[in-house]
Amino acid sequence: MRYLKLPKEKMDFFTSVLHKFGEIHAPLKKGEKHFTFGKIPNWSAVALEYNRTILPLKKYFLKPVDTLFRFSIGKGYEPTIEDADKKLLLFGVHSCDIYALKILDLVFAGMYVDNYYFTRRSHIGIIGIDCVPDEHCFCHSMRADTVSDGFDLFLSDIGDAYLALVGTSLGDDIVLATRPLFQEVTRADIEEYKRRSNERTKSFKTDVELRDFAGIMEMEYGSATWKDLGDRCLSCGSCSMVCPTCYCYDVYDELNLDQASGQRKRIWDSCLRKEHALVAGGENFREHRSDRVKFRYYHKQRGFVAEYGRPSCVGCGRCIVACPAKIDIVEVIEKIRGEESGHYSIEHGASR
Amino acid sequence: MDTTQLSMAHHAKERNPYQPQLARIVRILPMVKDNYLFQFRFLDEAMVKSFTHRPGQFVMLSVLGTGEAPISISSSPTRPGIIELCVRRAGRVTEALYRLNHNDVVGIRGPYGNGFPIEEMQGNSLLIIAGGLGLAPLRSLLWYALDNRSLFKDVTLMYGAKSPADVIARDELVSLTNRQYLNCLLTVDKDDTGTWKEHVGLLPHLFDYATIDSNNTYAAVCGPPIVFKFVLQKLLERNFSKNRILMSLERRMKCGVGKCGHCSVGYKYTCIHGPIFTYWDAINLPEII
Repeated sequence: MRYLKLPKEKMDFFTSVLHKFGEIHAPLKKGEKHFTFGKIPNWSAVALEYNRTILPLKKYFLKPVDTLFRFSIGKGYEPTIEDADKKLLLFGVHSCDIYALKILDLVFAGMYVDNYYFTRRSHIGIIGIDCVPDEHCFCHSMRADTVSDGFDLFLSDIGDAYLALVGTSLGDDIVLATRPLFQEVTRADIEEYKRRSNERTKSFKTDVELRDFAGIMEMEYGSATWKDLGDRCLSCGSCSMVCPTCYCYDVYDELNLDQASGQRKRIWDSCLRKEHALVAGGENFREHRSDRVKFRYYHKQRGFVAEYGRPSCVGCGRCIVACPAKIDIVEVIEKIRGEESGHYSIEHGASR
Repeated sequence: MDTTQLSMAHHAKERNPYQPQLARIVRILPMVKDNYLFQFRFLDEAMVKSFTHRPGQFVMLSVLGTGEAPISISSSPTRPGIIELCVRRAGRVTEALYRLNHNDVVGIRGPYGNGFPIEEMQGNSLLIIAGGLGLAPLRSLLWYALDNRSLFKDVTLMYGAKSPADVIARDELVSLTNRQYLNCLLTVDKDDTGTWKEHVGLLPHLFDYATIDSNNTYAAVCGPPIVFKFVLQKLLERNFSKNRILMSLERRMKCGVGKCGHCSVGYKYTCIHGPIFTYWDAINLPEII
């Protein structure tokens, strides 16, 4: 891979050229302490020092509400992809969010390829940027604190310049279009990059051990901790909405006023919602909140490991910040591991 | 995006896994209360010719304006052209289907799911055990076996319902009791009509009327949870291998293709890893039955 140096004083000019590669979306300040990814009004509005945005990047690829088909008597179901040709450039994406997209890629590919997701994926460029972890970041534990692919360009702060890693052909095109702004990387730049990288790794305040957690999840399937969590959880689904790798969706048909045509849409869903596993006739396979909380953890930390070889959590910390009941995934994992609470009763043993 | 993703995206343009194909209702055959057998035929003749499935697979059925629901295919791939779905009137989509008449148009996409491992089952005996409406996904396997009778050794059907009025496809099942090379055992919990000439008693009692060599038999089971519980017990008592007990499961499904998340059990998706699971799968997956 190719490294180049982009002096910070050239950023204004660099970003002014970026427009030709797509509409630029970047982190913007929202209210006092929140950030959101959105279309930039001007470069000065971009908040590159952000910790995390409220919603993750999945909103660009798997839209919160998405029209899949227009249907009518006579014409049947006609597929439609909103913004299919709209070119976007996401500027200032953190490693954990890039990693999360790589996880979503696995889900939406496979035997049946979701063309709604991949059409947008092919039209949206990603320029990553490094970050400073705060108290909720545990991406290091989830091995999502750095990425070596999944971006077109990745910028790492080395003081008065960024070290720019060129990831794709599009990234290379961007560099070529702004070539005079870039400089060759010196030995000192590399030393500075390594110094900062090591410092960053040491700066994580939150760490959880997950290597054998899938197995522990199995053993602790009957742990009373799940019941305690069920008592606290409000089933609001906020954790799923803000999660960069939660992809569950519901599908519904919307009729137009003529009663003869309409749209088939999908909408973000959450396994915390009571209806998630409800089948026609009234049988609900996860009726209790404790079943559903446990399922969410089980799917991310155990189920995904079995299917794709790694947990589907990237340690972004969004669910910790968003939970109105103050359920903290790091605390839950530590409790299940027994690192904090010591021991707890296994009421139901291995019963199903 | 890397090249594999791009090629996937390119491929995706050609096939949309969510695309329903229009089909018309050919016939509606009332079977028992709120359980009718609907026969469908695709409008597009090319679809009629190309559609095939494995016994045990399902389709996603759309009724215009009401959404989609997963329904097992009840017909056998040995009888192509018409897709038969035994539909229970239980939710929004199926309610809407019951308001339609023959020649009305619906959307169908699929087939989905793993289906029964028929290649692996060939050369062995078949024991098909269905309780109540559980016959719907197993009827496909039953007719597949009857139409390919030489592929299997003994074929046994055990079917149980609460009362004669609850026996699904009653005429078809009763006529099968006279069929050669099929041991068709039917029972009702209680005969309140005086017209029932088959067995009376709970489904597991039918094991008393069948000779089963568990070493060379695959058992396919579907029914309400209580059926699973007692039938599994009987099969295990007879030393069935856990890999040769096959079960068809029902879950909420919104996509049918392993994306929407609703049908997950433990770490598997019912729609792509199932809906046919072995008993070995079941004891390793929480919440499965």
